[in-house]
Amino acid sequence: MSKKPKQIIPKKTPMPEQPPAERIKNYNEVPYGYTPEQAIAEAKRCLECARPLCVEGCPVNINIPAFLKLVAEGDFRGAINIIKETNALPAVSGRVCPQEEQCEGKCALSKRFESVAVGRLERFAADWEASQGTPPIPDLPPPTGKKVAVVGSGPAGITVAADLVRKGHHVSIFEALHEPGGVLVYGIPEFRLPKAIVRREVEYVCRLGAKLVKDFVVGAAETVDELLEEYDAVFLGTGAGLPWFLNIPGENLNGVYSANEYLTRANLMKAYRFPEYDTPIARGKHVATVGGGNVAMDSARTALRLGAEESIIVYRRSHEEMPARAEEIHHAEQEGIRFELLTTPVAFHADSNNWVKEIECIRNQLGEPDASGRRRPVPIKDSNFRIPVDVVVLAIGQSPNPLIPKTTPDLKTAKDGVVIIDNETGKTSKKGVFAGGDVATGGATVILAMGQGKKAAKAIDEYLKTRQW
Amino acid sequence: MVDQTTIKTSKEDRHSKDPVEPGPVTVLAREQLAPNLQLLTVRAPIIASKIQPGQFVIVRADEYAERIPLTVADWDREKGSVSCVFMQVGTSTYKLGKLKSGDALSTFAGPLGKPLELDRWGTVVVAGGCYGIGSIYPVARALKERGNRVISLIEGRSKFLLYWLDRLESASDKVLVSTRDRSIGRNRDGPAAIKDLLDSGEHIDRLIAIGCTFMMYQMAEATRPFAIKTIVSLNPIMIDGTGMCGACRVSVAGQTKFACVDGPDFDGHQVDWKLLLSRRKAYLGPETDSGER
Repeated sequence: MSKKPKQIIPKKTPMPEQPPAERIKNYNEVPYGYTPEQAIAEAKRCLECARPLCVEGCPVNINIPAFLKLVAEGDFRGAINIIKETNALPAVSGRVCPQEEQCEGKCALSKRFESVAVGRLERFAADWEASQGTPPIPDLPPPTGKKVAVVGSGPAGITVAADLVRKGHHVSIFEALHEPGGVLVYGIPEFRLPKAIVRREVEYVCRLGAKLVKDFVVGAAETVDELLEEYDAVFLGTGAGLPWFLNIPGENLNGVYSANEYLTRANLMKAYRFPEYDTPIARGKHVATVGGGNVAMDSARTALRLGAEESIIVYRRSHEEMPARAEEIHHAEQEGIRFELLTTPVAFHADSNNWVKEIECIRNQLGEPDASGRRRPVPIKDSNFRIPVDVVVLAIGQSPNPLIPKTTPDLKTAKDGVVIIDNETGKTSKKGVFAGGDVATGGATVILAMGQGKKAAKAIDEYLKTRQW
Repeated sequence: MVDQTTIKTSKEDRHSKDPVEPGPVTVLAREQLAPNLQLLTVRAPIIASKIQPGQFVIVRADEYAERIPLTVADWDREKGSVSCVFMQVGTSTYKLGKLKSGDALSTFAGPLGKPLELDRWGTVVVAGGCYGIGSIYPVARALKERGNRVISLIEGRSKFLLYWLDRLESASDKVLVSTRDRSIGRNRDGPAAIKDLLDSGEHIDRLIAIGCTFMMYQMAEATRPFAIKTIVSLNPIMIDGTGMCGACRVSVAGQTKFACVDGPDFDGHQVDWKLLLSRRKAYLGPETDSGER
């Protein structure tokens, strides 16, 4: 069968979004998503490569060409079904994946033109399904009688729970906070990932039969060993919740937040709706966020929405080394975030009320690449200067919470408290205990956490059948 | 005979609840102990079965409320109940103070924080003020069980702000009371009572203080010249209570610690009190706004 060569459309179909001047005054999602017509037009840009590299670029290996083809044909139900074969949370990953480093980065078009907008189309398919009403529950196998405890209801935990209930196992999900979703609810802001989507996904897993136990702190209310008395296997998807600080003078002044605290107040506790909600947050006029990742972009953009006149990103390397998703940096720039690049804070200075008033910084130049492959910042002597601020957010990284390792003596951890796992199975050093997501990587992406969850669910199912470790 | 309904539920029961909700934590009783000081008792069998002196819970009165830490004042492992004493100061504690028996709490999570270190030290003074009068009761009880000579020292502005003297008497060898207006007791405050104790020839091996920040600071300053080991239960602002947000960071011996997971108990002679006092006041403006709405 001969195929007519496709006409190349060089640019992505633009996705309509809220204009920057308007959106910085509200908390609503920035992009509106594609219309069916836009989605079909965009899906038709796919070259249908004989060897599709996009699938290799996807951490959960979604059959991308197949779903694009169905979108192009207008078969949206067919498209979402293909995505859901390997991805339990498409509405989430379509919004938060760094597609430019994954599927879209591998797209044959991307060498000379813009890649196919795989992420936007994934999001479209998932949103289309949600618009069709509550999805039906698939036929489930008879109960196996095996019980699994999933600790943490973030992307890794939800994925594991969804896969294991579909195998007929009993799954209980334990969440330390009062809302399920982990980083998807406490970290990622509403304007980037609406919480209704997270709730919908968790509800679906519960409708499949998983049980959700909120406000339950494993490691405190019950240890992993106690869970193992009742459950046949335990999956740890507890994330990387321990925020890092710079260890420089003035870091404990009022007005200096970890990004975890700042975003948790704003998102989980809904401080942006204070005083309707009781939790307060400092509404700074001049806010500086330290860091160059997605969390930093989220914090700086949240500050604008909380009324900041000026929101600044302070990052020690250059624009090129910033680890944030391209779209987040783009959105931040559109919204007027100021970037102080090649800049490292060295101290915080207080006003007479012990509230932060200035960040003292030093300028850097780029040196040789470091272990991460990015060029190392080298301080320029005597280049100190001060930035006037009234709120500072530190978004410089985090590591796993030590609560569970501390109460589970035979669970081996590496540097920074990362739980050591076998990469193919998620098996930890402790029999019956699996782990995946940020607790095992130290901090990566939502999709990698879901990919590890997939592998762990498969291995847990295997273990429940064979008891082989 | 044991009432069957009050026996701790089995593990199976505890997790076999509604698929989405773990089952609300219900209020068993709430009473005013003194003006602005409330005692809240809830049914929380898992926490009751685990909790140790010095630990705390994170509480949220309703879906709009803040998450606030409350030190526990008592528990009943058989009945599965946990009690906290709190002072009504802001919106969140005001809401808690309006709860009635049978009401549900949105969050009651724990037990959090490290248990207080307990041993047989000899003579131990447990000092409590405000909500801490309640919190020192299980501490006194546990120290007494370990064979210590326990002196409970409670303080308040006036007699009518004190409570639980009877309970403390049952758990202590001696109860000393000090009031700012001398409506009861010999001394105006805790530090004066400590000085009196030492003057009378009493040897103090350790002091444990729970209460408002200023009271704990004063107690630590009172014992410093005598090098009496002094443990304080710090009460900074918290959100999650599990080490995730860092709001509760305190400086102890020049090092930043998270009160929620590294504490809440620290050596009072090593705490940076100025920092703690200023961080506790961070939201005084907004808190008032939220209360006035």
